[in-house]
Amino acid sequence: MLKNFEPNKIYPITSKAPKYVFYIFLIILTIGLLEALILSPEDYIQSHSVRIMYVHVPSAWLSLGIFSLIGVLSTIILIFKNKNLPLITKSLAPSGFLFCIIALVTGSIWGKPTWGTWWAWDTRIISMLILGLFYLMYLISWRIYEKKNYTNNITSIIAIFGMINLPIIKYSVEWWNTLHQPASISLLSGSSIHHSMLVPLAIMTAAFALFSILIFLMKYNTELIKIKNKGLNRL
Amino acid sequence: MINDIIYMNGYGTYVWSAFSFTLISFLVLYSIIKIQLVKEELKFKSKFRKLKYNEANSAKAQKIYREILTTSSISKI
Repeated sequence: MLKNFEPNKIYPITSKAPKYVFYIFLIILTIGLLEALILSPEDYIQSHSVRIMYVHVPSAWLSLGIFSLIGVLSTIILIFKNKNLPLITKSLAPSGFLFCIIALVTGSIWGKPTWGTWWAWDTRIISMLILGLFYLMYLISWRIYEKKNYTNNITSIIAIFGMINLPIIKYSVEWWNTLHQPASISLLSGSSIHHSMLVPLAIMTAAFALFSILIFLMKYNTELIKIKNKGLNRL
Repeated sequence: MINDIIYMNGYGTYVWSAFSFTLISFLVLYSIIKIQLVKEELKFKSKFRKLKYNEANSAKAQKIYREILTTSSISKI
């Protein structure tokens, strides 16, 4: 199965896909922004500040999701010594890191009108900040050890260690008393959000996911051409 | 109507700054990755042009090299 991830097989798809993903992303984002900023209702307690949810929550979900994927793939890399997957994990990291920053910054902006402060040393916020630091370490280690044989091992170990933080982020609002509200949407117990707010949230999540796919594809192509550039030197 | 959308009961500054930050971040990351991609493609093309005839032919025999040459994103998106 892992042979399906060989760059020679994937490149014909990854080279053509970005332009289609880009146009679909623009369409979905436009609809999402219209829903989130104009059509969706205001909250009866938080008023219009609730609209920040439409950028904050999808960013947090995606940064967690992308890091989970990097962590799982890194485990496979470390166990099976796969040479193709590092290209995928490396290409996933930039968008994950960006979503983590967006989640922290928009959360801070949302905190001011709702909690009365830009920042609180709250377990959910601190654990998200630690996730951001793991992303940063992961990206920096790719740069520092780029030409070393053990790059894959070091980056994979960082990602696997970072995975320890993921359940802490998820359950921090249940394990500790925090300012941050508990999850309103759960895969098991459904959603406590009204559908008039759930629809824009779903559309914005789809748009953000498409953006991360777009960045992943472009970064993957860049890394692959970089490798092939080195291959031309050896001809 | 437009005033309502802009001021949002006094929360406009927070809402618009959160959305602006998100969209500007998207634009910045997209531009960085796009520039890196175009740079690598240009480097690849210039290296390819410098290859000798038989080297260029052996490179072209490989599917992925052909793909890179034909699907360059320089003129796209």
